Amino acid sequence: MKKEYDCVVIGAGAAGIAAAVRFKELGLEVLMIESKKRSGGIPMQCTHPGFGNFYYDENLTGAEFAERLLDKLEKEDVESITEAHVSSIEYVSDLKKKVEVISPDGIFSLDTKTIIYSTGARERHRFETGIQGDRLSGVYTAGEAQTLMDIYGVMPGKRVIIVGSGDIGLIMARRFALENAKVLGVIEMQPFPGGLTRNVVQCLHDFDIPLYTQKIVKEICGEKRVERVLTAEVDDEMEIVPGSEEVIECDTVALATGLIPYTKILDGMEAEVIMDPVTRGPKVNDYLETSVPGIFAAGNVLTINDYVDFAAYQGEKAAESAEKFVKNDGIPSKDWIEIIRGRNVRSVVPHYISDDDEVTLYVRVKRPEPEVDVIIKESQKKIKTTSVNPGEMLRLNISEEELVGLENEMTLEVKR
Amino acid sequence: MYKIAIIGAGITGSSIARVMSRYKNLEILLIEKEIDVGWGATKANTGIIHPGHEDDPEIYPLRAELCVKGNRIWHEWSEELDIPVRWPGELMIAKDEEELDTLKKYRDIGKRNGVPELRIIGKEELRELEAMVNKEAEFALWAPTAGVIAPWEAVIALVENAVDNGVKSHLNTEVEDISVEDGKVSSVVTEKGEIEVDIVINAAGLFADEISKMIGVEDFEITPRKGQYFLFDEEVKKKPSKIIHPTPTAKTKGVYAVQTVEGNLMLGPTAEDLDKGCKDERSTTEEGLEIIWEHSKELLQDLPGKERVSKTFAGLRPEPPEGRYRIESIDDVFGFVNVAGIRSPGLTAAPAIAHRVRDILIEDLSIDLIKEGEWKAEREGIARLSDHKDMRKQKMIEKNSDYGRVVCMCKEVTKAEVLEAVDRIKKIGGKVTLDNVKFRTLALFGFCQGSYCRARIAEILSEELDVPMWDLEVRGEGTEYGIGDVKALQSSEEER
Amino acid sequence: MSEKIVCIMCPFGCEIEAEVKEGELVEIEGHGCEDGKEYAEQELASPKRIVMSVVECKDGNFPTVSVKTSQPVDKKEIEDVMGALSDIEVQAPVKTGEIILKNVCNLGIDVVATRSVKKVQD
Repeated sequence: MKKEYDCVVIGAGAAGIAAAVRFKELGLEVLMIESKKRSGGIPMQCTHPGFGNFYYDENLTGAEFAERLLDKLEKEDVESITEAHVSSIEYVSDLKKKVEVISPDGIFSLDTKTIIYSTGARERHRFETGIQGDRLSGVYTAGEAQTLMDIYGVMPGKRVIIVGSGDIGLIMARRFALENAKVLGVIEMQPFPGGLTRNVVQCLHDFDIPLYTQKIVKEICGEKRVERVLTAEVDDEMEIVPGSEEVIECDTVALATGLIPYTKILDGMEAEVIMDPVTRGPKVNDYLETSVPGIFAAGNVLTINDYVDFAAYQGEKAAESAEKFVKNDGIPSKDWIEIIRGRNVRSVVPHYISDDDEVTLYVRVKRPEPEVDVIIKESQKKIKTTSVNPGEMLRLNISEEELVGLENEMTLEVKR
Repeated sequence: MYKIAIIGAGITGSSIARVMSRYKNLEILLIEKEIDVGWGATKANTGIIHPGHEDDPEIYPLRAELCVKGNRIWHEWSEELDIPVRWPGELMIAKDEEELDTLKKYRDIGKRNGVPELRIIGKEELRELEAMVNKEAEFALWAPTAGVIAPWEAVIALVENAVDNGVKSHLNTEVEDISVEDGKVSSVVTEKGEIEVDIVINAAGLFADEISKMIGVEDFEITPRKGQYFLFDEEVKKKPSKIIHPTPTAKTKGVYAVQTVEGNLMLGPTAEDLDKGCKDERSTTEEGLEIIWEHSKELLQDLPGKERVSKTFAGLRPEPPEGRYRIESIDDVFGFVNVAGIRSPGLTAAPAIAHRVRDILIEDLSIDLIKEGEWKAEREGIARLSDHKDMRKQKMIEKNSDYGRVVCMCKEVTKAEVLEAVDRIKKIGGKVTLDNVKFRTLALFGFCQGSYCRARIAEILSEELDVPMWDLEVRGEGTEYGIGDVKALQSSEEER
Repeated sequence: MSEKIVCIMCPFGCEIEAEVKEGELVEIEGHGCEDGKEYAEQELASPKRIVMSVVECKDGNFPTVSVKTSQPVDKKEIEDVMGALSDIEVQAPVKTGEIILKNVCNLGIDVVATRSVKKVQD
């Protein structure tokens, strides 16, 4: 291991590995650091396909996808360490960051010109979701249940309630059902399922698992282990409908209520990293650079991606940007256009773009709408016509021409 | 030689154990029905070391006296026992002249109780002391001698120290009966067998009335009083540096806004009296938490968003009739000492209560106590990598590479700390579970609340205890982490 | 009669409309690719699914190896296939793509590994 690098990649999931490989391909010195004992991130525990459809033009399972990236990592001879935990990052200057690492070989400090921060996201836990009642065994987050089943070979329980109908919830519903557990239902607070329709079909319909929409779990109850949940209906304003409480007896609750970018190390930096309160990840420009020069973000820590492929693309983009940064002693200052969220737009990443290059925007809407136009309000230019729903992220490529005439703001909106 | 059984290893029982372990002519057994210490009232309360100005000595003489004494002793004990503690001081706030009169009343009580440095301050000084305090607060009673401590850390430290000094701990052992012969205590009957003893000290918290009944003293009932809490994640900036609370009522000291010793904002508790059959009822409710939220708005200028809630939980306090402590020997049953109804300020008073119990043995039971020459006053807590500076961290890792294996990212807990927690639990006779490893290491306490690290920690425990991961308990029997291997529900009948 | 089918071949999830007259498939539209057309036809005739799970693995750096059927199996066979997977145990090392179980349940379909497992020396 060296004392100085051109780039340190933190987190060896899809985004991190893709970034490290790309950076090495571009001919510079990179080190990838992973806290767990193994690289590959969450995809390694995914037995289901849906990975690599864009990146490899194949429909792979999670582990197959991760392994392809890991093979490339090995082939390109990219330096990487595992069971090494980054405890802090210090911004010394534009071209120097200090990374403190804890590992079984000791504490060490690395100097690097750039950092690609790709630590992924954590799961929203039950207290953040506001589920009250007793604190019992038998309550898991969906990812934890997946880790138990598909890495450690442990069966969490046998009568299961899944909270949240995003893809993770749907996939875990099927996973439990395949191993012969009784999945009593998927509880969803919105009037529509959160995940891809095809997942509703092959995870719920295939196994006769009921989907309860506009319902929440109010309380989890029992003496030692979960014995039942108390559900309630909610209206369009997310208010509980009085008298709608119902008990469902179960012994396991798996929470799939959302992912939150894990930005702990960025938050701990003295130099302020400006966050987007909506995505809860860092604000970035179209180089995927955060507000700290030379620190880039990619993958789920930046914005929760539906497709792991997108995380990998973001990793590559961050690597390309970091290479430009190193070669030019920084990103040349630009006249940034700030992206404003217009009608029915929940989040857009990146937050600032330059007008002299095409750009890819990752967009999420608030409500589902069929057949709408996604447009730039200022110029009324139409970017895409499509159906939108919050469970499906839009990846919009905007060309240079479409950015002509914009000054320092651009409002992206969904128009009927 | 006298054989003493202390029933209940909460903050009271464990303080008594430490104090009594000083005497070489005592053989001490600490008997606890849960699988670990402090799992009753001690585990979930506000963790405040009260100054002692809230109990009128005419109405609650024991509470008043023992609180002030206990407060002082915690300064020594926290140092000797390596228990993290802070002394931020406390503000009882008032909005108007009427409430100011209440402040004056408590200031006077405090003076009578001998509480040092207590004084009433005005708006300006209040804002200077605590920038986060609610804008409508006009006055405050400032009590600089208030502290915050993690009660479970305290009880663990006390028991480790007591065991170190020869106390035998019997955890996971429920007392079923106490035998009395010729007006004297003769033995304690547990589910694991009968033990002959000379003295029984009833420090059974929520169950003290039931223990007392066993020797025929049935004149009090313990009411479980539930308190719910909010705990926020440590990155929340809107937290007070001082403890803030409103003017107390007869029932309860009120809702507190406090920064815990770990640096998290905590709001609570409620005061909900339950039926005496509900001594295990610790559920949180939407309604109860709403009450705390509303009250907290009056204490602080601004509350963080609810998405920053790290945990909601509830604890139970053992409320005696009329709120009075029962710390006394029993005339008809020689050797039995009740230490019952230790509600607030129980945590604060515990060291002083322990001394009072010792005095009861000397004066009421005429027992001569002979000091041990080799008594260890000190105990060291689990060394945490994250507490130290780089050079020390390096040395720790060089000596034991498991200090370099971070298993809980949120709190930077290392594998070495997890393994040491296992050793320490075993040393005091406890059962190793995910929860009591959590309390000793702070793993699972952070942002992710275990969604990242619980499986990893279970993997380590599974290896260390040679037990399959699914058989590990979260918090005792009936709370296993899983139900079997991943194919458990598919195996044919013969295979299972 | 018109049937709506959501294709599950890839994450796009094209909504396919199939026109069925007297049990015969007359017309198909809405598919984004040939795979989708085939899927819709199959779904109407006899629905099939790829089965994905894990199988216990000994002496490896993972206690399990993730697997999938190399081809989709009839939906009604899923339970039996899962049963067969619960009866076996593999030995590390395992390579992605390796056949774990040949001709599962006599369906003429193999079960292959989808994750590599390294052998670990104790």
